[in-house]
Amino acid sequence: MIRLFLKRLTAHFDQFLLGTLIFTMLVALFVLYSASGQSIDRMSSQAVNIMVALSVLWIFANIPPQHLQRVAVPLYLLGMLLLIGVFLFGDVSKGARRWLNLGVMRIQPSELMRIAVPMMLAWYFARREDSHRFSDYVIGAIMLALPVGLIVKQPDLGTALLISASGFYVLFLAGLSWRLLIGLTLAVGALVPLIWPLLHDYQRRRIEILFDPYQDPLGAGYHTIQATIALGSGGLAGKGWLQGTQAQLDFLPERHTDFIFAVFGEEFGLLGNLLLLILFTVIIARGMLIAANAQNTFSRLLAGSITLTFFTYAFVNMGMVSGILPVVGVPLPLISYGGTSLVTLMIGFGILMSIQTHKKLVAT
Amino acid sequence: MRITSELKNTQREQQLFRTRLGVSALLVLVCFGILAGRFFYLQFLKYDYYQTLAESNRISLVPIVPNRGLILDRNGVVLAHNFFVYTLEITPSKVENVEETIDNISKLIEVTTNDRKRFKKLRDQSHNFESVPLRSHLTEEEAARFAVNRYRFPGVEIRSRLFRHYPQGTLGSHLIGYIGRINDADLKVLDENGDLSNYKGTDHIGKAGLEQYYEHQLHGVTGFQQVEIDADGHAVRVLSSTAPVPGDNLTLSIDSKLQDIAEKAFGNRRGALVALSPSTGEVLAYVSMPTYDPNLFVDGIDTDNWKLLNDSLDKPLINRPLRGIYPPGSTFKPFVALAGLHAGKREPPFSISDPGVYFLPGSSHQYRDWKPGGHGSVDVQRAITVSCDTFFYGLALDLGIDRLAAFANHFGFGRRSGIDLDGELSGLMPTPEWKAKRWKQKWYPGETIITGIGQGYTLVTPMQLAQATAILANNGTAIKPHLVASIQEGGSGAAHPMVPQVVDKVELDPKHVQLVKDGMLGVTQPGGTAASIGANAPYLIAAKTGTAQVVAIKQGQKYNASAIDERHRDHALFIAYAPADDPKIALAVIVENGGHGGSAAGPIARQVMDYFLLGKEPPGPVSEAPAAASATTPSEPEPHD
Repeated sequence: MIRLFLKRLTAHFDQFLLGTLIFTMLVALFVLYSASGQSIDRMSSQAVNIMVALSVLWIFANIPPQHLQRVAVPLYLLGMLLLIGVFLFGDVSKGARRWLNLGVMRIQPSELMRIAVPMMLAWYFARREDSHRFSDYVIGAIMLALPVGLIVKQPDLGTALLISASGFYVLFLAGLSWRLLIGLTLAVGALVPLIWPLLHDYQRRRIEILFDPYQDPLGAGYHTIQATIALGSGGLAGKGWLQGTQAQLDFLPERHTDFIFAVFGEEFGLLGNLLLLILFTVIIARGMLIAANAQNTFSRLLAGSITLTFFTYAFVNMGMVSGILPVVGVPLPLISYGGTSLVTLMIGFGILMSIQTHKKLVAT
Repeated sequence: MRITSELKNTQREQQLFRTRLGVSALLVLVCFGILAGRFFYLQFLKYDYYQTLAESNRISLVPIVPNRGLILDRNGVVLAHNFFVYTLEITPSKVENVEETIDNISKLIEVTTNDRKRFKKLRDQSHNFESVPLRSHLTEEEAARFAVNRYRFPGVEIRSRLFRHYPQGTLGSHLIGYIGRINDADLKVLDENGDLSNYKGTDHIGKAGLEQYYEHQLHGVTGFQQVEIDADGHAVRVLSSTAPVPGDNLTLSIDSKLQDIAEKAFGNRRGALVALSPSTGEVLAYVSMPTYDPNLFVDGIDTDNWKLLNDSLDKPLINRPLRGIYPPGSTFKPFVALAGLHAGKREPPFSISDPGVYFLPGSSHQYRDWKPGGHGSVDVQRAITVSCDTFFYGLALDLGIDRLAAFANHFGFGRRSGIDLDGELSGLMPTPEWKAKRWKQKWYPGETIITGIGQGYTLVTPMQLAQATAILANNGTAIKPHLVASIQEGGSGAAHPMVPQVVDKVELDPKHVQLVKDGMLGVTQPGGTAASIGANAPYLIAAKTGTAQVVAIKQGQKYNASAIDERHRDHALFIAYAPADDPKIALAVIVENGGHGGSAAGPIARQVMDYFLLGKEPPGPVSEAPAAASATTPSEPEPHD
């Protein structure tokens, strides 16, 4: 009886993926302990975040993809409504308008859009699966551009970038023609000089400092410089857990959130970094496998986009910490401290598991 | 049909999707490959570079300033030492409104106008990020009162600093000197000498006197602490430390009691005195009057005091023994006499019959003796004793200026003595060559004549005069004078006594030397120009008086001290050594505008010798105006030269 219940309970878990995720998050707890100046509070608070996120994962794993397909449009519209709400009445904090105060709680609608945008696009291309015309991609691009535009305006460059990526992956996987793709790339390239003046000063500065962080070693370049020093001084095997001088002596800023990878790299070295890359690769590979075997277009596109978005998170964060990408506010998935991003991630992995575990039912 | 095409469509679409997914997988691998390459570059190839950067981030070298060496007199009396005081310091760059902050501080702790002025001056001299003292010598109570209110004053802090203190105040200020805050010029010198790293944390440096000359020894070696710091610069723990090596202690040959007696003997007159030990070169007393309080300078002197010192007509800041230059007057005569004997010119029984005036052969210009009517029959010994001008006029001309100058050089005239202080002037022993170069004029025989009595171009410092006397007392052997008798290493405590260093030695006939010495002995005996100085002395004194003209006296005019403005009166000079038969002390005294050497400068010399040789202290306050006293009795011809 109990066994049966347990079996029902775990029926929609992908055990391999879940195991890898939990292992990675456990490692992250130790890194967080070190990065937070050995704070048990911070660690236990993240443990609670993990539990909550895993529950959310379970819920989403149990929702069949068809249901998701049905709620895609309303969810997207709700998200847009909230984003417009933010644009008009949002709370300003740290110079950015990202939060919406609903009286009972403050929410960040852009987080919702991380899931809603790829779902919406997957829904659209699944509906038009017979023939994808040029106009479909234009419509898809508009559906993507509207929320992204609002988020850039907040401004939240990191989230805008990642939502663009997640939407773009749907378009790409749906078969956006190479010719269009190249044309688009060139168009984006041409747009850069036009967008440049529209960026906020701090955004421009960040991009400038990327190319030469030593322009401003104590200001905007400080993050990058200290992070590369942390990584480089970690060497082959690292300085050891809790032994990173850059991390423990406060030289690393934002070290338990966006720059936690610098702590990891300093304390565990090149070997640790490569191991982390392998873990991420395993997760991505599993996600791609799920996508490849998915049974309908909606599932395929959504699974592919979720997986590649996860990759993008990891790549952008590690790239920025190691100084090859500009500093944009992107946390390292599964490792950085923070409940919201973890929940969003787990929703994604829940959907992946749902896609993987519900297809047999459809097949029979 | 429709179903099959739909199936085909689905298949084709799935094929397309898988291809796209494959491309994506490739993208993932390439991107992760780039990351792996970046990690390899940072963590393997550039590991050493980043390791060094990380270490320099976290490790800070904190200097530990060594204790500055002490300065002691020959009996161990402390002349300069250090003690801890609380100072209230402001770092201007960390304070928004400095004036307002000072106003607020002054409500808690007394801040005088002088403190403000001094702070302003120091602030102008230092960098904005340097901490500048506003008040020093805070009492415990003041320090506590500020500490309670500290949070109200960011950028203001109480520091405990090692302060230099000169417990004897004005005593010997010109020889001890003082330290002051390091300024840009000092930094430049330190940088050139490669000493900059040793001065990390040090903010004072020797500015004058021995403090300056022996700066290197007194400072010591700065220690360092390797401290692990966090990003805010707070020390987390000490990694290693190298102890500082304290500066060397200087033990002087100066006897501070003797110094004190000498200074007091001057009263409020200006002048200089240098007393040497002829056989060792030790400086026993080194007086420059008036003196000043070196403690005023340590903390940065305030404007009022600075004006007072700098604008005073008495010029207290001039280091007279080394930088005061005076005509030697008749004190030069013994050396001219010795030169004459050495050249075989005036050996007894040679004597002249002095008519009281000398004529250059073939000229009507008269060179008067100080004594109208002359001294009668005068040989070389008596010429010194009675200071007969006429005798030396002829002798100088006979010797010729070049021979005279060359001989005088051996006694240190025209040369720096090499004493262990900076800024010594070399005086002047003129020659025709010098005159041609300096004035583009030929040398006249008349100039040789007046050089014979120490007038004309000849200029000496009190130091040179004392050294010349010591060389004579030492029978022609010149030993380099020095103030420091022994240097005690700050680290090991090992003492290194100064070894007497012979710098020149002229071979003289002992009979000639004895004639001159006897002549000088006669000076303090009845009939000599300073007979009163030798009166009742239980030891024999060899001496020579001298007077240096400040204002030229016209031909046929008579010098009248009382009719001349005090500052235009002659300088009084006196050289002596004693005991005459076994010299232990040789000295030179100059009293500016003091009038006659025997009556103004002689008593000072006598007091110094009495204390040094007999331990006898002067009875009461020294009579302060002998010049004025002599002016009241103009009827008796004053033995003026």
